[in-house]
Amino acid sequence: MTVALIDTSTANIASVRYALTRLNAPYVLARTPADATGCDRLILPGVGAAGAAMKTLDASGWSDALRAERRPVLGLCLGMQLLFDWSAESGCGLLGLIPGRIERLDPGAAGPWPHMGWNALEEFRDGELLLEGLSPGERVYFVHGFYAPLGDHTVASASYGQRVTAIARRGKVAGCQFHPERSAGVGARILSNFLKGEAS
Amino acid sequence: MLARRIIPCLDVRDGRVVKGVRFRDHEDVGDIVELAARYSAAGADELVFYDISASPEARTVEPEWVGRVAQVIDIPFCVAGGIRSLDDARARLFAGADKISVNTPALENPDLVDALAAEFGSQCVVVGIDSRLNDGQWWCHKNTGDPTKSSQVPRRTLDWVAEVTRRGAGEIVLNCMDQDGVREGYDVEQLAAVRPDCPVPLIASGGAGAMEHFRDVFQQANVDGALAASVFHKSVIEIGALKTWLAGEGVEMRT
Repeated sequence: MTVALIDTSTANIASVRYALTRLNAPYVLARTPADATGCDRLILPGVGAAGAAMKTLDASGWSDALRAERRPVLGLCLGMQLLFDWSAESGCGLLGLIPGRIERLDPGAAGPWPHMGWNALEEFRDGELLLEGLSPGERVYFVHGFYAPLGDHTVASASYGQRVTAIARRGKVAGCQFHPERSAGVGARILSNFLKGEAS
Repeated sequence: MLARRIIPCLDVRDGRVVKGVRFRDHEDVGDIVELAARYSAAGADELVFYDISASPEARTVEPEWVGRVAQVIDIPFCVAGGIRSLDDARARLFAGADKISVNTPALENPDLVDALAAEFGSQCVVVGIDSRLNDGQWWCHKNTGDPTKSSQVPRRTLDWVAEVTRRGAGEIVLNCMDQDGVREGYDVEQLAAVRPDCPVPLIASGGAGAMEHFRDVFQQANVDGALAASVFHKSVIEIGALKTWLAGEGVEMRT
């Protein structure tokens, strides 16, 4: 079992690699779809702005490949947002694997923008593989200024002025708005749930 | 609800963690990776590594230990000290740091803040501010890691907070120098004064000596996180016990 870590050339690649190493999960850094040939699941990491990340994915061939992908995919942080249709951040189209739009988060009186820190996971959808062994109220580390509003895709949420999609899923495509690689034991559990889940 | 953050700060010099009183007379308190792992396991919400000799001596933080820390811990961490360029920042972020913090270099070249935010995103750009009361107003200080070079600059702290957040800083760490290292409590007055003008997360630094100090700064200055060093290094306060106590006092915590 090998994970393809899609190389979006963004800064959190190292933390995701180290998290996989701590879980004893073999991975390859996949700059192009061809690099992921022998892998049975994919992780799409990412930090930074949506527009720049989409340009990288378009140039490497990953945009087209992901739209035709049949293996399980897990997007992390910006990587989760890229799975949706459109982002208000750069006013740009995204991968379109999960219907919905990414909007700017308005925290209101909840605190400063962006949403940064440890927040509670809530409203678990029954049977969600990534949440196995976890309970509502457990905290994970968020850093984001844009968000996916709740929808059919929401399998866990968090609250920061708005109800925020914390984990999204549509079929084999899933994503975490937070950083499981920086979310201590809870994050490690979510990653290991993804790694042990059914592959293609 | 978002939890308030407890953030141990590890002052680093020559690859070791050190701690001084009011920035002077540093003593060795342990190995970087060992302490990082210990605090992470104890329930710290985030760590800050600050190379205290970096700014004055124009040295840069060794990215080598940044990578070693990133491999071991599974909570976010920030690296400060000696970051003067996009390349300095990139080396640390790609080695696994979640955030970088700039202090003196931002005072000397404010455009650095804009450039860092444009290149890496505001979420990983922290501006550290060393501030002290003088003649009834709070003023920024630079090169505070070295008592012989530390000096006040002609920028009022409140103005500087407004400017750097406008330039793209995603978080402010306000180190209140009058309180630093003496464990008599955070500078609640100064932090509460800065809070309304700080649209991004605000982290209190300097003065923690007892559990009540953390409660007071969260409840009276409404800061997002509280940073401390010596009380954790010297085991005056145990992180797990602190967080449990704060939760009991009504402060939102990850316990």
